[in-house]
Amino acid sequence: MKWLDTNRVRAVVRKELRDYRRKRAIVVTMAVLPILFLIEPVVAIFVAPSTLSGGSLGKNLVLPILYLLLIPTVMPSTLAAYTVAGEREQGTLEPLLTTPIRQEEFIVGKAAAVLIPTMVASYVVFGLFLAAVALFAHPVVATAFFHQGPVLLALFLLAPLLSTWAIVVGMAISVRASEVRVAQQLATLASFPPVVVILLLAVGVLHPTFALALEFAAVLLVIDLVALRLISGMFDRERLVTGAKAV
Amino acid sequence: MTTTATVRVTRAGRGRSEGRPWEVVLDGTVVDSLGNGEVIDLPVEPGKHALRVRAGKNLASPERPFEAGDGRTVGFSCRSRPQHPFIVQRSVFLLIASLFTHQSWIALTPDEDNVTDPSLTDSSLTDPSAASGGTAGTDTAGVTAPAPGVATAAPGTLGTPASLRSSLPRRPRPPPDPGAEPVLTVNSLTKRFGRRTAFSEVSFEVLRGEVFGFLGPNGAGKTTTVRTLGTLIAPTSGSATVAGIPLTPENGVEIRQRVSIMPEAPGLYLRLTVAENLEYFAGLYGLHHPQTRITDALDAVNLGDRAGDLCGGLSKGLRQRVGLARTLLSDPTIMFLDEPTSGLDPVAAREVHDLVDGLRQRGVTIFLTTHRLDEAEKLCDRVAILNTTLRTIGRPADLRAQLFKSALIVETLKPLVDPDALFASLPVVESWRDVHDGTYEVVVADPRLAAPEVTRGLVGAGADVVSIGEAQHSLEDVYLELVNEDVEAQRP
Repeated sequence: MKWLDTNRVRAVVRKELRDYRRKRAIVVTMAVLPILFLIEPVVAIFVAPSTLSGGSLGKNLVLPILYLLLIPTVMPSTLAAYTVAGEREQGTLEPLLTTPIRQEEFIVGKAAAVLIPTMVASYVVFGLFLAAVALFAHPVVATAFFHQGPVLLALFLLAPLLSTWAIVVGMAISVRASEVRVAQQLATLASFPPVVVILLLAVGVLHPTFALALEFAAVLLVIDLVALRLISGMFDRERLVTGAKAV
Repeated sequence: MTTTATVRVTRAGRGRSEGRPWEVVLDGTVVDSLGNGEVIDLPVEPGKHALRVRAGKNLASPERPFEAGDGRTVGFSCRSRPQHPFIVQRSVFLLIASLFTHQSWIALTPDEDNVTDPSLTDSSLTDPSAASGGTAGTDTAGVTAPAPGVATAAPGTLGTPASLRSSLPRRPRPPPDPGAEPVLTVNSLTKRFGRRTAFSEVSFEVLRGEVFGFLGPNGAGKTTTVRTLGTLIAPTSGSATVAGIPLTPENGVEIRQRVSIMPEAPGLYLRLTVAENLEYFAGLYGLHHPQTRITDALDAVNLGDRAGDLCGGLSKGLRQRVGLARTLLSDPTIMFLDEPTSGLDPVAAREVHDLVDGLRQRGVTIFLTTHRLDEAEKLCDRVAILNTTLRTIGRPADLRAQLFKSALIVETLKPLVDPDALFASLPVVESWRDVHDGTYEVVVADPRLAAPEVTRGLVGAGADVVSIGEAQHSLEDVYLELVNEDVEAQRP
């Protein structure tokens, strides 16, 4: 994208990551939350009845696998909600807006800074989960698990897209919210709608296929890109500084 | 004939756990120990030497080679490096540090505050052209030596910016050349928020190198004007050219690249260090060689040795200095300083004044909004008084002359019996008024020429004259006169 100065985007990302690292609560939450979300799928896999036929067993494994997608969906929402409202609350937004940074660069930089640790944590947990299943689950369950190709594809493909959705929604709320706490509450709620589709898959209303996984991913990608454009438009310097829209 | 040189080593202590004395190693020999917060002077022969500071067997600074000149003082500052935020336990950090970073546990850096050069003469310190013309040079040892004409800190003046201290005591600076190119031109600029008018029909020019004061009471529209000129807010009507670029939404990025704004609150990231804050903004401005610019900006506000400190641990005055350093980073065409001393105690405010005065001496164009009239009077070449509309603009002396007639203040031991008759008999007196018992303000065309005649008249009338002098009106008088006019005008 021509209008993005990568140096400015990098500066925002670097600063945000530094800021997270200095805040112990953020680091601890980022480490603990994925582990909490890992407990249910692990338990589900290890108590899965190995006596069931392959098809029935496979259906029992869809929900635990897709449950892991809550990690990239829930984890970034509070951080995303902090991006603008937090800057405003700590008085750093105005100095930032006086620099040559464009709204698109600010949005992309902030979003990337939330997306990077979220994806690292998510994929690490996914990897650990797959390794645990391969090494420790009953061989019958493990075989059935690794035959869930479309679901596993959805897990890896949808994670960044769901995460981006949660981030964009969180940032949109953050731009308009009067305070950080309100933004964080609303953002957590607003990040859930895409999860409904996953639940429909899990309860068998939709049937997981490779085509469905790819279609859902494509739709989510388009929604994410449109939402990113929309949020850039919402990022009005005058409104952010004075609370009033430019006339 | 050679004169002994001196190495001054300063230890900047941070934590209570850093109380153990450190060894000072000069040319491989332990020569002294250095406690927390101590300063020591070591005499050395002129020539090349190497210095290291050691906290223990494995925890030391890198060896710093330097060259000591005849009679010079070379300064070094040392401090332990900040603890990495990931490392929770200091003992773990110490262990890791001892294994891997034993040569960099202590930061040992040249200390500009403690560099002296006897070749600098008194005359060079008072040459105004030298103060803005010289640049600091760096010798082979990495020790910064002052450029010709730039004074360095005298010991015992900590807290006053070293690189700007050349301006103290404050010297009058010739006013900017009236023919200088304007860097800011504002024509009938107006901003309304719905039915509320923030400022209306404001027009003025700021010349290159000028310090322009923008005064006004709270809510007069000063900050909104700055935000508008800084492209944060769109004007409702009117036009402006900022740093040579027309003020339009399309030019926002280009204008912001050329100006810098320090809002009332510096707005620093408190969990980041001073250097990291500046690094972030250097990145946003897309600066080449950001480290050099950061070092220069920090040196300009005398915070070179605080680069590694977390901003959350700094006092309000120091944070304001970091904010100023941030505005200097991009070498802006115009610096907008919005109430830079707001909320600061007198000492911190004085420091900020000194910094602004130093920038003024360097020829930086500054747009300073304030409601502190003493500040404007001290620092500004010209001032404008805003109270939604622009009430007046000009040099403080000219404004006083415009608003107040020249007058003498006469004080007598007892009130005059018939002042009306007395002053009416003196042809130089245009009018007079009773200020209070025995004190009169006598309006005259030229106070210097009229004073002897008025004195003779008073003595001739048998008055006991205590004092007679020219009436002095401050900028505050001008301000109050104009603002009170507005208050009067608004009364039903």
